[in-house]
Amino acid sequence: MNHNHPVYTDNDPQNETTTLNLGPTHPATHGVFQNVLEMDGERIVSGVSTIGYIHRAFEKIAEHRPYYQITPLTDRLNYCSSPINNMGWHTTVEKLLDIKIPKRVDYMRVIIMELARISDHLICNGILGVDTGAFSGFLYLMEEREHIYEIYEEICGARLTTNIGRIGGFERDFNDIAFAKIRRFLKKFPPILKEFEALFNRNRIFIDRTSGVAAVDPETALNYSWSGPILRATGVDYDVRLNEPYCSYEDFDFDIPVGTTGDIYDRFIVRNEEMWQSLRIIEQALKKIEKEPKGIFHADVPEFYLPPKEEVYNNMEALIYHFKIVMGEIDTPKKEVYHAVEGGNGELGFYLVSDGGRSPYRLHFRRPSFINYQMYAPMSKGMLLSDAILNMSSLNVIAGELDA
Amino acid sequence: MSKLSNQVVLQKITARFGDQITIPTEPPGLLSFETSKENIIDVLTYLKDDKELQFNFLTDLTGIHYPEQALPIGVVYHIHSLTNNVRVRVKVFLSDDTPTIPSATKLWEGANWMERETYDFFGINFEGHPNLKRILNVDEMTVFPMRKEYPLEDPNRVDKKDYFFGR
Repeated sequence: MNHNHPVYTDNDPQNETTTLNLGPTHPATHGVFQNVLEMDGERIVSGVSTIGYIHRAFEKIAEHRPYYQITPLTDRLNYCSSPINNMGWHTTVEKLLDIKIPKRVDYMRVIIMELARISDHLICNGILGVDTGAFSGFLYLMEEREHIYEIYEEICGARLTTNIGRIGGFERDFNDIAFAKIRRFLKKFPPILKEFEALFNRNRIFIDRTSGVAAVDPETALNYSWSGPILRATGVDYDVRLNEPYCSYEDFDFDIPVGTTGDIYDRFIVRNEEMWQSLRIIEQALKKIEKEPKGIFHADVPEFYLPPKEEVYNNMEALIYHFKIVMGEIDTPKKEVYHAVEGGNGELGFYLVSDGGRSPYRLHFRRPSFINYQMYAPMSKGMLLSDAILNMSSLNVIAGELDA
Repeated sequence: MSKLSNQVVLQKITARFGDQITIPTEPPGLLSFETSKENIIDVLTYLKDDKELQFNFLTDLTGIHYPEQALPIGVVYHIHSLTNNVRVRVKVFLSDDTPTIPSATKLWEGANWMERETYDFFGINFEGHPNLKRILNVDEMTVFPMRKEYPLEDPNRVDKKDYFFGR
């Protein structure tokens, strides 16, 4: 044992704890998180999480907005993978309205969702590396995230808060440049991910810092309603894409990577493997799209799909439907739906209650960050502060989703 | 993937609880039923611990407000049986003045924050909750903002008044 520093024992007169405010704007917390920690030296005795710093009352706002205006709200939940949230919202409304979506649209959605999953995992794993002191892997990955954002830009014009798609499909078809960029990404990304894995997976320092740290057993994880990669790292193979396929995920061949110990290292490995699976899915989707009839990018539901502006100005039917949708003249069924998609960090659910009007009677977001994060303070007990920082990065909690 | 059908789940629940639960006309897809606050913990425990059902995953817990109903405040549980890959929705309706319901934190630790959130927005008291206080809103807040009588914006604001169109 290293005795360079004084060793405190129970009967030591200096045996007292310190209160440490970790956050809300600490650079190591990557977002607006506050934890009031009681510290005994470097070790955490207890902690209390304070959340809600960027609460924006999305559920209340959503009760006053028509369905198509809620998409931008979902962008701002998990802003590292906003297309997944957008698609989750569209599919929820489509489930409510019972709209049948053409296969080509489903495959386009799958592509954009898997790209979003990759960009989400890139950030999470890159930052995890930075928190262990390995900066270069992060820089490689950020360049690739930039390429994903360029694809978003080509598809919808936006980068971070994408607002991709409409109820019933997409606002426009993917153009040739977008497809070319996706293909280019599929070609250029694997070597970089391989290099990233080579930097980390068998890196002595990284393994020492992460292996066995913050290990969670599957029972505890399920008891805390964990979902997503962190649940799969404990060994539970629950993935919404597999259990309740949406957007034709049943047509794809992919594996669900699971870990064994549920520690930070396993979470890292599971996320890396999920990126490989996402690449597989995108490749299959591109092949499947070629077999589908060209030019279909939305379902034929004029009473819910907002028509393009040129049509509205030049075509009477489009003008009528535009007016009816915008003014909320079209009745929706009176029912309740719960729809879940596999978000970047877990099961992203939408509980939508419709009273027949243009906006939801009640909309509740089942936000994986919110539910995953509540175990953070209890599990930090007895942990070193530096491990707790790593643990927070590996949970992939996004402040926007946490606080809704 | 073997999937327990809604019918089987429904039969088992009605066999166990009989008239203590009410089943509305079944919506396609997700089995949904109501029960009372006296029975909710029994129902949840049964769903969770039954060897065949194994509803071991609390997906979501939230509230809902129907001001016109006799029992206006609702608590909605979404529970998932990961082994059977089937979900149920359980609802409990409560009266308006200090709505109270037993806490589900003894069954699932994950219910802790979900119940705090529901308390924060709907003012539902979860009896037996270890730390029932506001979570997203400030502690000084006196209202429960997701109730329907609470407006989205302060109606007395003058800066948004428009000469032609009102607010």
